[in-house]
Formats: sequence, structure tokens, C-alpha cells
Amino acid sequence: MKVVATRPQSLTNAKFHYCPGCTHGIIHRLIAECIDELDQRENSIGICPVGCAVLAYEYFNLDMLEAAHGRAPAIATGIKRILPDRCVFTYQGDGDLASIGMGEIVHASARGEKISVIFVNNTLYGMTGGQMAPTTLIGQVTTTSPYGRTVEQAGYPIKMAELLAQNEGSAYIARTAVNTPANVVKTKKAIKKALQTQMNNKGFSMVEILSTCPTNWGLNPIDALKWLEENMIPNYPLGEFKVKEE
Amino acid sequence: MKGNEAVAEGAIRAGCKGFFGYPITPSSEIAEYMARKYPKIGGIFLQAESELAAINMVYGGAATGVRVMTASSGPGISLKQEGISFIAEAELPCLIVNISRGGPGLGGIQPAQSDYFQATRGGGHGDYHIIVLAPASVQEMMDFAIDAFELADKYRIPVMIMAEGTLGQMMEPVIPRKMVTEFVDKPWATTGCRGRQPNIINTLHLTPESLEKRNIHLFSKYAEIKAKESRAETFLLDDAELVVVAFGLMARVVKKAIMEVRRKGVKAGLIRPITLWPFPEEYIKRTIKTAKIFLSVEINMGQMLEDIKLVVNGEVPVDFYGRIGVNPNPEEIAEQLLRVAEREGI
Repeated sequence: MKVVATRPQSLTNAKFHYCPGCTHGIIHRLIAECIDELDQRENSIGICPVGCAVLAYEYFNLDMLEAAHGRAPAIATGIKRILPDRCVFTYQGDGDLASIGMGEIVHASARGEKISVIFVNNTLYGMTGGQMAPTTLIGQVTTTSPYGRTVEQAGYPIKMAELLAQNEGSAYIARTAVNTPANVVKTKKAIKKALQTQMNNKGFSMVEILSTCPTNWGLNPIDALKWLEENMIPNYPLGEFKVKEE
Repeated sequence: MKGNEAVAEGAIRAGCKGFFGYPITPSSEIAEYMARKYPKIGGIFLQAESELAAINMVYGGAATGVRVMTASSGPGISLKQEGISFIAEAELPCLIVNISRGGPGLGGIQPAQSDYFQATRGGGHGDYHIIVLAPASVQEMMDFAIDAFELADKYRIPVMIMAEGTLGQMMEPVIPRKMVTEFVDKPWATTGCRGRQPNIINTLHLTPESLEKRNIHLFSKYAEIKAKESRAETFLLDDAELVVVAFGLMARVVKKAIMEVRRKGVKAGLIRPITLWPFPEEYIKRTIKTAKIFLSVEINMGQMLEDIKLVVNGEVPVDFYGRIGVNPNPEEIAEQLLRVAEREGI
């Protein structure tokens, strides 16, 4: 009998706690597959955010740390500077990375910190119950923008991939989505490229992944995938924003 | 050598391999010293974008099992408190230096001891303590850096060296300490799980049972530290009726004042807490029977005073003399001692 699919070594046997239709589980698996395929399981150190993925240290079969809200890139910096040959990655949501952790992420990128950042953008704060994030779309209803986000009151959504691509220190910046099988495959390729960018000492790498939050969007899982495609992708275009060659 | 340079050199001699900091007066010479030295000796110096980032870089560095540190002053230490709470909970050993200045708010850059509460009560959110050492000389700035790392590794706890800005800035001769070459194993470190089960460094405890258990664990460690590591220096204490309590550089000024009033027949003595946490309670307790009064002398509005009162528990009076932003000179202190002695009939 030939094994065609198995659980990645880099995942534990723990059951994910994520809501039905949430795409965190897919993204966890993609990261684990990439680490396995690059033979980095015993060489990797991951840092979890504050947010829905706060418990990710229970799911990755790797050395893991749990960070204060937004601070994962600073912790990753401390580790990577001391242990430059390790594969160090952070896993962060949009509240964590684009709001309270904006300072840490921008400077990690500007320094060309040789870490990989997996940035899960679902346009709101999931764990705390669906509040507005810097990535919330104009007009989008959340518990703290109950009449829809307005420019007058809350300004414009932040486009992290475009913003960080401007930094010289950024070596690989991409935005992908996990709403279709084809996009899942593309996301995996991008994650692998980010990790390889780090291992080749090219500089900072980040993959922004458009993700769903059916629970806080008030949609069923299938409609949530449709909402991502119709609302998020036009505002957050997919693609590679920075690929440093040398 | 400057006090700030001595604490930095002491850290290097303790085997500290990483410094992550942010500039602030009057502590910046520590960062500058590391920026000059580390590239030549294979250490990591990184100027962080903020105090928050600096303390979290320390979190990451300490998690690898290597000795790392940061340094700052009052307003910067306030910003670091989030990280210090996490580091204390995660039981990561590291050194934090506070070359302290006067507050609250931006306060001033003049020397002060106004961060005593912040340092000894934990400082950040949640139930925790860190060990706090208060040097009184440039030599001790170097010596305590080594002691701090030894304590930090032994108990898996952040250790703070808190010194008035004056001590950071002043120069004294220093006998250099030997390089530390023996270090404890840190099997808990997150270094990549080669040949072992993964390590997790985490501060989240979602069930009430696990959270309470965690706190009980931390406090049993704190009880052990209290019992074993409380340190103080005493001076002319045996027959002292007027017992002055002072820490840091202030304690040296007080010593001179005590010698002055002794010449006038006043039986004064000194207890100088070296560990501010754990507070050296036993030294105070042993003195209650012979003391007619305790006098806390601090460069703040009366903070250590509360710890003394807790130990004395009303058995004898506890008085206070303090200034803010200035180091009172020995004459000024002597005058205060004479005033108290006369009032108390000593």
C-alpha cells in the first residue's frame, strides 16, 4: 500500500479548536508541510500571537513560544540574532500585526531581519469577538463599527504587504488567499518561498494570507469563502510584492 | 571607570552575549559600551525601535538559553513592564538595568530612587516578583552584574540592577572580575527540537486550576529566594538606637553622616538593603529590640519606608527623610539625624 497523504511531522496530534469554516487549520497544515519538506522540523522555532492562534504552540510539533500581543517579531529577532542558523517564524493575525504590533513588524522588516512572518488577515479581531481591525473594509460591520466602518471615523484599511514591500530589508513579500484549492496551493508555494528566503539569508519575508472568519462575519463557511473572494481580494490584491533576487 | 560602563563590563564578564536596548538618559552609556565592545568579541548588540521591542528581544534571546540583558531608566522601564511580566511568568533568566531618574511622567534626568515600588512590587500586571539588587559603588555595578546573572539562572527569574543616575554617571576605580566560564544547563530552552521533544515557552493558562497552580509554583520559588537570598550590609549597628535604613549610593552618604553624629555621641547605625526584593526583613527584625527609632532615608517621597513599617509593625516609630532629584550631602543628613536624635532623646 502506498501512502499518498499523512499528517505532517511538524503538526502534533492535537485537535484544532478553530470554528467550523475557519481557515487557520489549513494555514497551520501548509506551514507544517513546508517545514517538513525543507527538513527544518528540528531546526525551527515558532512564535504564536495573541489572537485566535494563541494556542498554536499546541498544534506545531516544534519548539514554540507564545508572545505578548504584537511583539512576536521582536521575540523572533532576539532568537534569530542569537541563533542565526535556525528557521524562525512568527504566526500573527491582523490585530496583532497591523495594529498593536505595527512598530515591531515595520522595524523587523526594515532591519531585514531574517525571519518569516505568516500574517493571517481576516479583517477583524476574531478571538475577542469580532471587533474592527486596521484591516476591516470600508462599510464592513463589526462589533465596534456596528453601522459599518466609515473613513470619517476610522480611516482606511492598512495594506501590510504593499507597505512592507517598500522596505529595503524586505526580501520576499506576497499576499495569497486560502479560499480555493488553487489558492491554497499558491499559498503553500509562497510560504515555502518565504522560509527559503530566510534560510538563504536574503532578508525579511512575509506572506499575508487572506483568511475567513465565518463566526464573526455572520456567514456560513461557504458564503464566507465567497465573501472573501468578492470583498477582500478586490481590496487586497493577490500576488508577489517583493522578490529580492540576489 | 563610569558606573554605566562597569555594569556593562560586568555583564560581559558574566558571559552575557546579547544586549537589546533603547537610548535614554542617564543609562545610554551602557548601550554605547556594548555597541563598541560586542562586534569585537562576538556578542549581539541591537538598538531596538522601542523599549517594548527591546524587552521582547530579551524575551527571545533569553528563551534560547543564552545570557542577555537590557538597560533603561524610569520612563523606559515603565514601557518594558509588559515584557517583564511575561518574562517573569515564563521564568526566563535575564538582566534588566534601571539607571533611575526622578518621575512621575517624564520627571527629570536627575538621580532618584523613585522606582522602588515599581521594582519591588513586580511592576507589570499579575502576581510576580523579580530580584532587585541595589549597588552602592562602581565596583558593585560590576560585581552585581555577575551576581545578577548567577541568580537569574539559578532561579529562572529576571533580575534588576537598580542604581541612581549618579551611580551610573560617576567614576571610581574598579578591580575587574574574572570571566565566568561555567554555566548551568538549560534543557528548557527553545533552540529547535533536535533529538528531543519540543519545548514550549508560554504564559497562557486558560483553566482556573492551571493558572492557580502556576501562581503557587512561582510563589514557592519566591519564598525560597526570600529565605536564601536576602542581602544587606550593616554599619555600626550593634549599639545603634537611631537605625537609619538607606540603599544604593544614598547609603554611602548616610555612612558619612553617621560617623559625623557618632562624634557628637549619637548612637546611630545603618542597615543598607542590597536586595530590595527580597527585602532583608531579618536585619530589621533583629534590630527592633535595640532601636529607639528607624529612619528611612531615600531619594523619593517615602517608598522603602513602607517595607520597613511592615516589618517593624508598630513596635517602634519609623520616620522618613527624603529628597527628590538631588543627592543630599552628608551634612544635610547629619543635621536630620541630630534633629531626630534630639527629639527621641537618643
